[in-house]
Amino acid sequence: MTSAEFASLYQQIILDHARSGEGHGDPAGFEPQSHQINPTCGDEITLGVRLDDDRIAEVRWEGHGCTISQASASLLTGIVTGSTTEHARAVIDEFRAVMRSRGQLELDEARFGDAVALNGVSRYVSRVKCAMLAWTALEHALAQSEV
Amino acid sequence: MVTATTSLSTADVAAIRADFPVLAERVNGQPLVYLDSAATAQKPLQVLDAERDFLLHRNAAVHRGAHTLAGEATEEFEDARAVVSAFIGADADEIVWTSNATEAINLVAYGLSNALTSSRYGRLAVRPGDEIVITERDHHANIIPWQQLAQRTGATLRYLPVDDDGTLRMELLDQLVTERTRVLAFSHVSNVTGTASPVAELVARARQVGALVVLDACQAVPQLPFNVRELDVDFAAFSGHKLYGPTGVGVLYGRRELLEALPPFLTGGSMITTVTMDAAEFLPPPQRFEAGTEPISQAVGLAAAVRYLQRIGMDRVAAHGRELTERLAGGLAAIDGVRVIGAGERVGLASFDVAEVHAHDVGQFLDDRGIAVRVGHHCAQPLHRRLGLAASVRASVAVHTTHDEVDQLLVAVADASEFFRGSR
Repeated sequence: MTSAEFASLYQQIILDHARSGEGHGDPAGFEPQSHQINPTCGDEITLGVRLDDDRIAEVRWEGHGCTISQASASLLTGIVTGSTTEHARAVIDEFRAVMRSRGQLELDEARFGDAVALNGVSRYVSRVKCAMLAWTALEHALAQSEV
Repeated sequence: MVTATTSLSTADVAAIRADFPVLAERVNGQPLVYLDSAATAQKPLQVLDAERDFLLHRNAAVHRGAHTLAGEATEEFEDARAVVSAFIGADADEIVWTSNATEAINLVAYGLSNALTSSRYGRLAVRPGDEIVITERDHHANIIPWQQLAQRTGATLRYLPVDDDGTLRMELLDQLVTERTRVLAFSHVSNVTGTASPVAELVARARQVGALVVLDACQAVPQLPFNVRELDVDFAAFSGHKLYGPTGVGVLYGRRELLEALPPFLTGGSMITTVTMDAAEFLPPPQRFEAGTEPISQAVGLAAAVRYLQRIGMDRVAAHGRELTERLAGGLAAIDGVRVIGAGERVGLASFDVAEVHAHDVGQFLDDRGIAVRVGHHCAQPLHRRLGLAASVRASVAVHTTHDEVDQLLVAVADASEFFRGSR
């Protein structure tokens, strides 16, 4: 038996995304790229982007991590693929604000779709970094493409 | 009178639990099951009361000032040193207060390189061509200070590898620890596998080649009768907060003649005899290594923690820990898909991996039931890498841990495995 909070953290959609891993694969040849590590648990991700002008044509990532970090990478891929880099940056900022809100803010369903299932993470301070790992990697990758 | 093998009865543990009010907390609506004492122990009322009583009635700076409180505070601070040193079989002037075990190990490592530039303290200097040997299963606190010492001095760092279950490959000891070895540093009890190192064998080899032995005793001192003379080590480090004492205080034991030969690490007030604008003369140990205002109330609290354990008796503490750890490791190994890390008898803790389930997810599931464990690499990345793991789950026991708490963990781990793997 698990609590309601736990059930909201580990919704079926999260478990499904952690398993299916949209965008999961070897990002070799994808530029820009970013490698991020969560020093508290050793989880890591390498995320690469294929850009088509100012649009994100494809995201590919690989790494290892917990259910939350893997599901989050998968959900991120679905959200930003096909969007402009500007939109992706705005979405990353919004996602970070919600994750750091300690349960005060919620993700907008129109922009985040299934990723609203990650809302529960913001109540677990120690898990925010897990959820942020892929998003931070994309942010760093996009920052490289600017210079 | 109890015999050496007597463990703690259910009534004993119930009485001990009453000394730890935090155990009555509820976490996520469940009674707290605290199985993370290897990270930091909970503090009994006796420790909190001793610290508070000192601060309420006798607080003052020690080893300076002539007023009454300064005298009382100094006396209590030095009494604490006598209590803690006797607990580990050392003389009072052979233990140095540090802020934690990490600082204690750094104190030795920096002392050995500071000796390079000192004519007076040159005997212990580590130089280019010298070798430092550590182990593959050490905590980062007993790896990085030696990496840094090697970098500063031009010495070579070597390590004793482990086999597939994290056991030290002792057959390689003689070829790794040689006449060139100046320091052999290792943990008494691994903070990941919970297994003890063959200390006597390691020390014997170090003696053959004239190397200094530095022992990380953090996980051993809270769980086992511990005597530096019987172990015959040169230096030993442990933290107060893992020993039911306050944070902010650690202990470095050093054999007297070695502390006398070691130059200081941190310098400043309280560690000098004469200071001019150009130079300073240092006090003898242990004050030479205690620059600045010390963790005074913390040392008093740590002495109270030691007295608390002495009243229970370390033989009984060890027997209780052995019983619980056997139940823990045996129970975990019996769960489908669970791999317990390490082989052989464990001291106070067991780490494990649940197949296909990340340690963080297991930890979150346990936390939902009020069970606190450690998840991650436990500051031992090289060992985890060697074992093919990014992270593991660690459960550790304490004097207040019950058999029922261990059983609750075992049920929860089985359920966590079912929850995450069953959905696949």
